[in-house]
Amino acid sequence: MTNTRPQLSAAQLQSLGTELDALRQRVIEDLGDRDVQYIRKLIRAQRALEVSGRGLLFLSVLPPAWLAGVSALSLSKILDNMEIGHNVMHGQYDWTGDPALSGKEFEWDTACPAEQWRHSHNYMHHTFTNILGKDRDIGYGVIRMSEEEPWEPRWLGNPAYALLLALFFQYGVAMHDLEIERIREGEPEWRSRRSLLGGIWRKVRGQTLKDYVLFPLLSGPQAPLVLGANATANLVRNVWAFTIIFCGHFPDGTFEFSEEETENETRGEWYLRQMLGSANLTGSKLFHILSGNLSFQIEHHLYPDIPAHRYAEIAEEVKEICERYELPYNTGPLHSQFGSVVRKIFRLAIPGQSRSTTAPLRTASTPRTLATNGNARASTARGRTPTAADRGTPGKPKEAGATKRRAGAKPARAASTTRASASKAVSRKPTRRAPAKKRGVDTTANRAANLR
Amino acid sequence: MYAAFERSATRDLARAPRRRATPARLRALGQGGVLRRLAGSSLLGALTAPHGVDRYLELVIPSFSLHDLRAEIVEVRYPTLNSVTLRLQPNELWQGFQAGQFVSLTVEIDGVRRTRCYSPAVSESAGADELELTIRVHPHGLVSQYLRAHAHPGMVVELTQASGDFVLPSPRPKRLLLISGGSGITPVISMLRTLCDEGHDAPVTFLHYARQEHEVAYRAELEKLASLHTNVHLALVYTRERTRGVHGHLTHTQLHAVDRSYRRAEVYVCGPPGLIASARALWANKGLEKQVHGESFLPPRVRTGPDEVNGSVRFAASDVEVTGGAMTLLEHAEQAGLTPAYGCRMGICHTCTCRKLSGQVRNINSGELSSSEAQDIQICSSVPVGDVELDL
Repeated sequence: MTNTRPQLSAAQLQSLGTELDALRQRVIEDLGDRDVQYIRKLIRAQRALEVSGRGLLFLSVLPPAWLAGVSALSLSKILDNMEIGHNVMHGQYDWTGDPALSGKEFEWDTACPAEQWRHSHNYMHHTFTNILGKDRDIGYGVIRMSEEEPWEPRWLGNPAYALLLALFFQYGVAMHDLEIERIREGEPEWRSRRSLLGGIWRKVRGQTLKDYVLFPLLSGPQAPLVLGANATANLVRNVWAFTIIFCGHFPDGTFEFSEEETENETRGEWYLRQMLGSANLTGSKLFHILSGNLSFQIEHHLYPDIPAHRYAEIAEEVKEICERYELPYNTGPLHSQFGSVVRKIFRLAIPGQSRSTTAPLRTASTPRTLATNGNARASTARGRTPTAADRGTPGKPKEAGATKRRAGAKPARAASTTRASASKAVSRKPTRRAPAKKRGVDTTANRAANLR
Repeated sequence: MYAAFERSATRDLARAPRRRATPARLRALGQGGVLRRLAGSSLLGALTAPHGVDRYLELVIPSFSLHDLRAEIVEVRYPTLNSVTLRLQPNELWQGFQAGQFVSLTVEIDGVRRTRCYSPAVSESAGADELELTIRVHPHGLVSQYLRAHAHPGMVVELTQASGDFVLPSPRPKRLLLISGGSGITPVISMLRTLCDEGHDAPVTFLHYARQEHEVAYRAELEKLASLHTNVHLALVYTRERTRGVHGHLTHTQLHAVDRSYRRAEVYVCGPPGLIASARALWANKGLEKQVHGESFLPPRVRTGPDEVNGSVRFAASDVEVTGGAMTLLEHAEQAGLTPAYGCRMGICHTCTCRKLSGQVRNINSGELSSSEAQDIQICSSVPVGDVELDL
């Protein structure tokens, strides 16, 4: 476990970016029938589990049938949300052109409307991963998950909040895009949230009708048993999803970043942030499937739109790259990774000096911050190199000083340097990007997310 | 021996081929109104939310769908070395077609869905319930090669409803001249068959151009129709054989030899762009170009002057802006990494239709310059003229 964040030279960052781009390209060129057959097999399994689970629950009076029904339905919901829903909605299968596998069209069996998930997760979380103040997955706005978040008495409830979030995780996720904590901070903007609320209401209504009204009623006198079974299946899925997701970015050894240092990241820097901010889980093949291959969180954050079953195949190579660049490859079994997350939840409930076991604070003494200047924003559009649009939005001034430094260090980037120099006249100050609370404001990153 | 031609759209969308043949009983169930009514009930919709009934039933009956037009291949024949004929049983959503129209057929090849447009060559009445497409296999045709090698009974393909404006008017014209070139024969022979089926008794001249005699598809069929129907006059022209009476490309002399009063006819012409252009020119001479209805089956080439390409193209919904060039708006969008929907890529199927918010575009098929107000345009066949903003 490292306490200080690994630093790479500009040249190392550049070659890291090139290596990871090349790996990505190799996988993309290999995509084909195998990937489609895989995801369809998973979908068939999920639908079969769902139908048989719901069918068994019509015999709920028999305890073994109830138990088997709950198990099948829980598994169905887990598969639907994790390996199928989460991954399809990332656009991992968009290249197939099949509307049933379309990232933009897919809707999943959970309270959160897919449309809002695509914004809060694909765009916000995956673009601004582990950037404090931007990545709202850090604590979901209700748990204190970072030392950087100043302690207040309300954080004494941290473990309780975490437990509640785990139990009702689907509703937590559904409310995620509302950014409720911002409302508390005095930014009501209810008008802009009305359509979000409408979407949540329609989705929650449909889910509730199905799980808690129709299926129980159809089972006649067994209604209470079926209702209990459906609630249990939802609960199992909630706790499982919470556990896996909180193991993604909060175990010991993951790093956080500030908005300032991640301005104008290069592609190499973006990759580095994804690797340092994510943690993997070890386990069996079945475990990986049930976790939606989020157990390969590092690979997932490097390549969010590559079919997730491919992560296991490239993990060795990613690990080897990490070793070569002397970067941590954070991985461990579920119990130890989740154990460290739970300890963190408890530790951050009380005030006091951080034991500095997780993210070190970014200090002024850091010789070179992770983010210097650069023009290439994260672009994971499938099968293409960053275009002019990725490299900087016209009118977004670059820091002139940093541009000069880079220009000296890397003549290879002459083209983009010129672009940056041209905007020198606009401002010599590093500009802060406006908080991305308005949708679609940040052209570049937004587009990267659209394409992911 | 019915046929269709493959419009040479280069890349596209697609649908999964299912591996096993659907048992006849299941297929009948899928076609049955009872299942369809049950599946379409709001109760079942609520119980299967959010995925919907189709996503469950299609795993059992692949051709069933409440929303998507799909068809199961029920027979595969190979009429010649370079063609394959598919007899298709569409699901209940199929609405039939008008002679001259085409359908888009989607298959999945190595995980990727590919769509091509084919015109049925059957008559309208024959295509009401079942569809038969004969696909010419191109040496480098991804889809046509795939279909010849892998199409089998039980395979399910996705279709679109028939579309296209290249259709006969109703009531039928008093004098008709049908002209086709090469594999452009399929929509035109569908028109001829439909007219014969309807008992149409006004004069119809069928003029077909082929390079050589042995390349004429449907020759026997055409001769049979001409001998059975006295109002049908058949003329076959070979552009590369000098030995016969009428040869070479479309001219006044040639038309005059085939049909003396050809200028009075309504003309339906399908073939290479050159053939259509010559036909238009011949009638335009006398100010009668409105009588010519043409459809080309080759993708148009972009020709714009350098003065037209210096604007910017903005894709408003994606918040992306690029510099305009001598490419179609669809190509601009794809180069910018966007993935707009498209189908034929030649200005026919309207899959790519998209709202232009502002700016002018030139249609590369017609050469027509649009107005600068908001309107729906086909981005596959529009090039920007100055600054253009699209709702994409």
